Amino acid sequence: MAFVPGLGHLVLGRTTRGAHLLTVAWAGAGVLAWRSERVFAAFASRAIDEWIASLFLLGSLLFVVVYSRWDVGRLLTGGDEPSVVGKGPWQVASRRFRANTLAVASAYMIVILYVVAVLTPLLAPYDPAAIDNVLQTRYLAPSGAHLFGTDEFGRDLFTRALYGARVSLSIGLLAMLLSKSIGTTYGAVAAYFGGAVDAVLMRMVDVVIAFPTFYLMLMLVGVFEANIVLIVLILGLTSWPGTARYIRGEILSLKEQGFSEAARAIGLPPRLIIIRHLIPSALSPVLVSAALSVAGMIGAEAGLSFLGLGIRPPTPSWGNMVSAGQDAMLVAWWVAFFPGALLALTLVSFSLLADGIRDALDPKVLMRRFV
Amino acid sequence: MTALAGGALLSITDLKTHFRFGGRWVGTAGSVRAVDGVTLSINPGEVLGLVGESGSGKTTLGRSILRLIEPTDGSIEFDGIDVRGLSAVEMRGLRKRMQVVFQDPYQSLSPRMQIGQIIAEPLRLHRIVPETQVEDRVIELLGKVGMEPYFRHRYPHEMSGGQRQRIAIARALSLEPDFIVADEPVSALDASVRAQILNVLLALQRSEGITLLLISHDLAVVERVADRIAVMYKGKIVEVTDAHRLVDRPLHPYTQALVSAVPSGVPGQSRPRVVLPTDTSSPTASAQGCPFAPRCAEAQPICRAATPHLQRKDSAHEVACHVR
Amino acid sequence: MLIDVQNLRSHFFLDEGVLKAVDDVSFSIEEKETVALVGESGCGKTIVALSFLDLIPSPGRVVGGRILLEGEDLRAMSATQMRRVRGRQIGLIFQEPGAALNPVQTVGGQVADVLKLHRALTRHEARAEAVKLLGDVGIADPERWAGAYPFELSGGMQQRALIATAIAGRPKLLIADEPTTALDPTVQAEILDLLRHLQDEHDMALLLITHDIGVVAEMADRMMVMYTGKILETGDVRSLFKDARHPYTQGLLGSVPQLGAGRDDPLRGIPGAVPDFLELPRGCTFHPRCDLAEDVCLSSFPPIRGIAPNRSCACHMVA
Repeated sequence: MAFVPGLGHLVLGRTTRGAHLLTVAWAGAGVLAWRSERVFAAFASRAIDEWIASLFLLGSLLFVVVYSRWDVGRLLTGGDEPSVVGKGPWQVASRRFRANTLAVASAYMIVILYVVAVLTPLLAPYDPAAIDNVLQTRYLAPSGAHLFGTDEFGRDLFTRALYGARVSLSIGLLAMLLSKSIGTTYGAVAAYFGGAVDAVLMRMVDVVIAFPTFYLMLMLVGVFEANIVLIVLILGLTSWPGTARYIRGEILSLKEQGFSEAARAIGLPPRLIIIRHLIPSALSPVLVSAALSVAGMIGAEAGLSFLGLGIRPPTPSWGNMVSAGQDAMLVAWWVAFFPGALLALTLVSFSLLADGIRDALDPKVLMRRFV
Repeated sequence: MTALAGGALLSITDLKTHFRFGGRWVGTAGSVRAVDGVTLSINPGEVLGLVGESGSGKTTLGRSILRLIEPTDGSIEFDGIDVRGLSAVEMRGLRKRMQVVFQDPYQSLSPRMQIGQIIAEPLRLHRIVPETQVEDRVIELLGKVGMEPYFRHRYPHEMSGGQRQRIAIARALSLEPDFIVADEPVSALDASVRAQILNVLLALQRSEGITLLLISHDLAVVERVADRIAVMYKGKIVEVTDAHRLVDRPLHPYTQALVSAVPSGVPGQSRPRVVLPTDTSSPTASAQGCPFAPRCAEAQPICRAATPHLQRKDSAHEVACHVR
Repeated sequence: MLIDVQNLRSHFFLDEGVLKAVDDVSFSIEEKETVALVGESGCGKTIVALSFLDLIPSPGRVVGGRILLEGEDLRAMSATQMRRVRGRQIGLIFQEPGAALNPVQTVGGQVADVLKLHRALTRHEARAEAVKLLGDVGIADPERWAGAYPFELSGGMQQRALIATAIAGRPKLLIADEPTTALDPTVQAEILDLLRHLQDEHDMALLLITHDIGVVAEMADRMMVMYTGKILETGDVRSLFKDARHPYTQGLLGSVPQLGAGRDDPLRGIPGAVPDFLELPRGCTFHPRCDLAEDVCLSSFPPIRGIAPNRSCACHMVA
């Protein structure tokens, strides 16, 4: 029994955790059984994405098995955490988040999208670039063999949508991480040093904000070959000033708060006050904007690609797929429809996630003193 | 001062803290003289009450002594150490000996840290005890402020105002300080809880031999717990003397008004009230003359011309007034 | 009887549960009388006042009871009728005058607005009357200060200006919610004098909501002690100060040191803390902090009943 992850939790009445473990285990095992050839072939191939996909699949399975054995053992011996342990702000927020069905659903949706994106080399039914007998295979309507139909070159759109998801989703995530880490560091440094350093740094932010980003993109894309790295760099390096400003303002105002003065009073050096006390408090709203920012980045990439300035075909991205599909709108609606729908689903999910995080982090919950 | 010369733990001489504002590029537009020439000494083991209305500079004075706000001028001598002469690093070392309890327990504890971490932070920073004993010491400190050991796993937002203020006291106490500034430690708390917290603070003050500067606007509370009281008005100390004497026989016209304004607490029995005219002068007005002159019924021409200095009326009573 | 509150209940509907901020509260106020509603933070005393004028913030609302103003039920009134009650029959002043005044309108203009609305004065009359009112509330040189913006005034003057707006409609009842808490002692004494003076002059009743025992002793004829949304003890101030019967009232009165008295007594308070509204103790909500508590106190909340002429108390242990 203990070898089937999740069953032990179900027996012990931990149904939610059990159901999660069971689902992951079955889904993982299913993929492994279905594509075992590809999984093992991946290790012989040179393609790094196939390596990653196989490692991720096997790693997840191993983790689920090991974790559930360990966790069941813990539950059987020690029971849950003692009740004297308080609930921290993050725990309070996560409890509130889990009560928000819509937000939880969008979080699941996002996780599924990313997992599928990672596993794409294992899951995709066809080769994304394979062109073969175009005249007979072009513009086939959706069917059992081609879930999303085929495009003008007869390529399977389901396959291409999966590969496109990899491009779009990773650009969104990486550009967001780049932008938020630059912004947070920059804002914290400006607030920490203050004075002239702050003034100079913030004037530079003004310059970056005033700079016409769109034309910069046009220029860079015109000079260099557009690829994922370039798009991530462009999006990430032009969007951090908002975060920098926000973090700086937040830290400056938190600096005036009692707990920061209290930290000074015990003799904590400024560097540690910022790292230990101020950044953790300033960061939670950044989480909201991070979720929104992923959506913004994905949308921006789609926009660039739609204009032909982003990821160049034949590499698929949702943006260039929609762009390619618009010409064929009247003869083959499905070419633009499926990538467009996936794009919309992703953006809505991130935006609902951001709303959920915002509500869950509402500081009033921790300071309920209105009566 | 009542102490013999050299016996004071803390002596402040002509301390000034002015806040400049405006005129970032073209010089100073004006300044608020929050603390304006305060001379005061505190004896080892005593409780000195500091009272005054809001804007009198009492909070700024407390923070200036600890250099949480940098004073503009004057000297602070703590146990023979020239506090204002210390570098930032040396000052951080001295904080071990000079601690503070703030007014607002809802703000002074970091919201994302467990109580145990909050109390352990100064212990680790100043290496008060070896790492292996930190947890035991946290439990011991919680016990000193009357809280169960399991509270170290809780977060500030899960606790009442009184409990938070106990934690703030435990944190200050963790460094085994010689001197604590308690800035309105109970004014954010409910009346029925104030006594608990003051009693905890005072019991520890006595048992650990701590010198305490108790800043408060509540004269009745300060009279109960302080040995001496200093009255502050517009950045200056206007009167210092033994607590009961200040209440029974105040000399300065402002202190007299302050005492008369405290409700008697007995229905149908008001104190004879000294009513003050409203002061319409701005806080940036010139430093010339007695700061209280615009509201003083007994003001003479000299009061507007020259600033009175604290003068000893007898062995234990100092007052800054031309008329007295 | 000017106002008669019967079984008032005002609740807040939160995600975590129902918060019963006012839970079955009954009392009345006679004309020209000063009644103090006393309690610590989070006892629901402010919500009582907001219930009167239908001003409870969401997610709270009045869920039961009657509030009769000269026999008319305020809860049955339309929004239009309620607007006529606010300001004209019941005036309200708050703890933070700086927050209650409009920062971008002159002080005189704000008083004049009330006059135009409730006393149908013309612009000119209202202006002149506003200056007169500002003088009445003790602002020296009212002509000059009428043209000032709230930030130009000190805290005490802001509270005076707020009082002027509250009495401009000549209300029969003035509700003052912690009117002096944010003020310095010398200013507090002046504002209390002013309130007493205005009350005499305008024949107003005063409902004084405060946590400050000193203010109660100074001002009130009768007092009501509130805890966790319920009234625990009522009575005339003199007899209640002399002989409080409820253990909470006794503790509360004992918690406040008096200047120049009982110098050698230790400071006393009440053990524990005011409970969270969402985690109220069972039975009498005060029992965990009470020395007298017995089994019966854990099982039911005691009903409030008369214990002497003009005195009532809600305690199982008080005969």
